[in-house]
Amino acid sequence: MKFDTPATNNPIDQLKVVGQPVSRIDGPLKTTGTAPYAYDRHDVVPNQAYGYVLGSAIAKGRIDSINLAEAKESPGVIAIVTAENAGKLSKGDYNTALLLGGPEIQHYHQAIAVVVAETFEQARSAAHLIHVNYSRAKGSFDLASEKSKGVPKDVFGTSSESSVGNFDKAFSTAKVRLDNTYTTAHESHSMLEPHASVAAWDGDQLTIWTSNQMIAWAVGDMAKTLGVAKEKIRVISPYIGGGFGAKLFLRSDALMAALASRVARRPVKVSLQRALIPNNTVHRSATIQRIRIGANRDGKITAIGHESWSGNLPGGGPEAGALQTRALYAGANRMTSNRVSHLDLPEANAMRAPNEAPGLAALEIAMDEMAEKLDMDPIQFRIKNDTQIVPDYPPRPASNDPQTKKPEKNEPHNPHPPFSIRQLSKCFEIGAERFGWDKRLSKPGQLSDGRWMLGMGVASAFRDNVVTKSAARVILDRRGHLTVETDMTDIGTGSYTIIAQTAAEMMGLPLEKITVRLGDSSFPVSAGSGGQWGGNSSTSGVYAACLKLRDAIALLAKGQKSEFNITDAVFTDGFIRSGSHSFLLAELAGSRGLVAEDAIEFGDLDKRFQQSTFGAHFVEVGVDRFTAEIRVRRMLAVCAAGRILNPKTARSQVIGAMTMGVGAALMESLEVDKRFGYFVNHDLAGYEVPVHADIPHQEVIFLDETDPISSPMKAKGVGELGICGAAAAVANAIYNATGVRVRDYPITLDKLIEKMPIKV
Amino acid sequence: MKAFTYDRATSAAEAASAVAKTTGSKFIAGGTNLLDLMKLQIETPSHLIDINDLGLDQIEPATNGGLRIGALVRNTDLAANEYVRRDYAVLSRALLAGASGQLRNQATTAGNLLQRTRCPYFYDTNMPCNKREPGRGCSALGGYSRMHAIVGISDACIATHPSDMAVAMRLLDATVETVRSNGLTRTIPIVELHRLPGNTPNIEHTLEPGELITAVLLPKPSGGTHIYRKVRDRASYAFALVSVAAIIQPDGSGKVALGGVAHKPWRVESAERKLQRGSKAVTKELLANARTTHDNAFKVQLVERTLASVLNDAKG
Ligand SMILES: Cc1cc2nc3c(=O)[nH]c(=O)nc-3n(C[C@H](O)[C@H](O)[C@H](O)COP(=O)(O)OP(=O)(O)OC[C@H]3O[C@@H](n4cnc5c(N)ncnc54)[C@H](O)[C@@H]3O)c2cc1C
Ligand code: SF4
Repeated sequence: MKFDTPATNNPIDQLKVVGQPVSRIDGPLKTTGTAPYAYDRHDVVPNQAYGYVLGSAIAKGRIDSINLAEAKESPGVIAIVTAENAGKLSKGDYNTALLLGGPEIQHYHQAIAVVVAETFEQARSAAHLIHVNYSRAKGSFDLASEKSKGVPKDVFGTSSESSVGNFDKAFSTAKVRLDNTYTTAHESHSMLEPHASVAAWDGDQLTIWTSNQMIAWAVGDMAKTLGVAKEKIRVISPYIGGGFGAKLFLRSDALMAALASRVARRPVKVSLQRALIPNNTVHRSATIQRIRIGANRDGKITAIGHESWSGNLPGGGPEAGALQTRALYAGANRMTSNRVSHLDLPEANAMRAPNEAPGLAALEIAMDEMAEKLDMDPIQFRIKNDTQIVPDYPPRPASNDPQTKKPEKNEPHNPHPPFSIRQLSKCFEIGAERFGWDKRLSKPGQLSDGRWMLGMGVASAFRDNVVTKSAARVILDRRGHLTVETDMTDIGTGSYTIIAQTAAEMMGLPLEKITVRLGDSSFPVSAGSGGQWGGNSSTSGVYAACLKLRDAIALLAKGQKSEFNITDAVFTDGFIRSGSHSFLLAELAGSRGLVAEDAIEFGDLDKRFQQSTFGAHFVEVGVDRFTAEIRVRRMLAVCAAGRILNPKTARSQVIGAMTMGVGAALMESLEVDKRFGYFVNHDLAGYEVPVHADIPHQEVIFLDETDPISSPMKAKGVGELGICGAAAAVANAIYNATGVRVRDYPITLDKLIEKMPIKV
Repeated sequence: MKAFTYDRATSAAEAASAVAKTTGSKFIAGGTNLLDLMKLQIETPSHLIDINDLGLDQIEPATNGGLRIGALVRNTDLAANEYVRRDYAVLSRALLAGASGQLRNQATTAGNLLQRTRCPYFYDTNMPCNKREPGRGCSALGGYSRMHAIVGISDACIATHPSDMAVAMRLLDATVETVRSNGLTRTIPIVELHRLPGNTPNIEHTLEPGELITAVLLPKPSGGTHIYRKVRDRASYAFALVSVAAIIQPDGSGKVALGGVAHKPWRVESAERKLQRGSKAVTKELLANARTTHDNAFKVQLVERTLASVLNDAKG
């Protein structure tokens, strides 16, 4: 089904099941520990051996020699795979660094060997007996010193640099000006479930049980890396214990399991040990961002410039912190630039809300500072510069469809497309009332509660809604039970549940009559989970498949009774009804059942309209007047993100993202050792993420909104919106509490303590 | 982890002599520190002697009016003990500020005292570390050292002792009761148990090979207001940036010990005499000769401010 005109009334609008706060249908499996995660798949093939991955001890250079003799002699060892005996390997399209290094080393903890043994302990112990001689090469590890060498590089189908009007002139003549630099830290996804895979070969056919967000990408890159046909590879990933982008692509666990299994001639399971993950896999690059804003005294922005620098291995893309600044606030003169410098740190790649999360972390502090310069309330300043058209929409060099990445035809280019729907100001107005924003004192450092200095902060949340092709198959059996199959993944987000709700709504069936099967490459290719495109796109694909099934059922009904009026047919309670006629779906399905498969394909509505999601973050913090410890007291996010398919799972997405925003604001930072070139704090003791005690109270309000331009579901992505701007709201609250402005994340007490207003 | 053999000891003296006799052997108590280090091959014992069956898990009033805490008493039980909560509240508070509920259920009194540093370079066997491999150099010097020590350090090592409990024990003037490999017992004042790094950061305490801690003794309670303030980046489940343990008497006199600043719990008795003059004077003497890095220089001011907060709280 092609979606190229805005949605009109359709069966989803009934909202009998969709839009209801249904608990996760996979919840009981997870709470009872019976959801089979990749490393738990003891049952799928017999005789599994254990693989243990050894990471490089240097960041850059070469392996001169590897001595495997002692490791091979170690008890239980079956095989050891290194680049020398792995066979010819290519690099996957989505990987920047090779997943198996050697002799050249591209980054610290790059996998250089996998040891296969009868038990995990034997494999681990033998890995320590591998002796490697390296020659270290000089590398670049410090973003600040490499910043000036940054080059522009296009991101996801949009150009890295843009300009409108005459920024320099407008900025230099503006009445009120701000020119500041902000930094965000290298961050680690730190999802609960480590990367893990079980691999088994049957002849030349490879099956991988793994933990991956994008099944089709994993198949494609495994095929490319091994140099085999895609048809020879099956990827199965029904349950995923979090990903946040770390599992978007094929990673070393899957490749090493496949290679180890090929050499050992038996199934092999591999899990990356926690201490390997931050340097072996991917992270979000740190950024340095310069923001300049010029405004009239009345608060109208006349010039806005945002430049962002980040780092990556050669071939890798930027963390494009300036992207959202093209679309968020009005202003006639503008420029943005996103540059990437060569760093020999591990590969940087997408982490929840790539670009916007660090971009808004900086921009939204700048907006707070600017409001103060203008002596305006920060909410009023944002409302004053709200816009219903995109102020800066550069021509796109390639399609922004993340699946196809196809170059776009030469279409007429609208430099200022309208938003499909934008209710940013309304989010602020509702939030201000609910949060008690009027109790905030604009002069900082005025409120306290015992030893805690109190402050409030706000920030805009903003993230694009990406739509992408997604297919599904629906199977109605003779009991009237419907099974949905699609390679969509559920990374803890609730995909199972919203897909079941969609199918139930479309077919007039109760949820108990729906089975959802996900995460298997033998199912139709879906949007997958990433970039907050999954929920809206994949349910739209299920919608399309269900429409096809409805048509087939209606034809069967007409075949049974020629008076049956297809155009009036409705699906309720397990029946198809029209006028006085009704048929049980179970009966029409017959003994062989009915199958329908279709995909949703999106036309150019996402080019004619800017589709985005919006929100307003409100945060109250306390800062200890003595120690400068910062503790969040409460948070509210008001979100406008189209139709909310399930308020319960959507809320979980938003509060989870807000929590990650608190992490970015207050503690998350991979620390670089600039001599050895690696992230030092590479485990969960050293890389701190928020714990329960850090997150006392969170509230989420969704505006009642539908966006018919987005999809037949009239929904949008919501999985990443909640992190966007959250860190800045915390930062602004800290300023309001203390009067100390910190522009370098994470805002830890050592950055405040010298400037604390109360001396002891 | 290297393969190892394993025995359960049935008497303290036998355990001590067994460890002294067999090279490469170690005691295992709760295992919450030792096993993690073994998995990473930072510790590679070839033989483990399990001391959980020795009946050393009692807390009893001692004849001197103090308390005798068995070496195997779990951190959870110690924190919840009625005598401890009443008379040594600083110890209870320090324990509860550490680790997590699950870990405290497993961790023991002696194991906690002897836990090893959390220096991230110590934890990565690819990196030079004098504590792991004497003579290879200290990566933390000139590296990422935000968590590291500022007093009592050496050019060989700037690691901290990470325990919260030990800081309170030091404040309380605890003594450690041991059995040596020859079967003889002795007591060691806690101030003498932990060493400063000097040129041998690999030697962390003054116990002899095979010497087993059997109990920790607390002197008679001293009254006063008991405070343990642990300062950290997140609200729970994190090691201290700095911590302050204090017992303050109604007249403002008292004692104070610090965590997170040295290779051992840090206490300077002469500084305590200045408590009535406020945190600045005390800190100046407590941290005299502090040597900081770019990353951990903030700890000096943090100690002073945390102590000020503690003294403020003590006033009520
Ligand atoms: C994730 C995590 C977070 C933590 N957070 C904190 C924290 O915030 N604050 C804090 O203070 N601690 C913290 N800890 C450390 C924890 O307190 C220690 O791991 C624990 O106290 C060690 O006790 P154990 O009985 O398990 O010791 P074990 O691991 O069994 O032993 C530790 C060492 O002591 C030796 N040993 C044990 N008993 C004796 C004895 N009777 N005589 C002689 N030698 C002995 C062992 O040989 C070994 O070398 C944390 C630990 C973890 C894993
Ligand atoms: S501080 Fe001590 S433990 Fe850390 S690297 Fe240096 S020598 Fe090793």
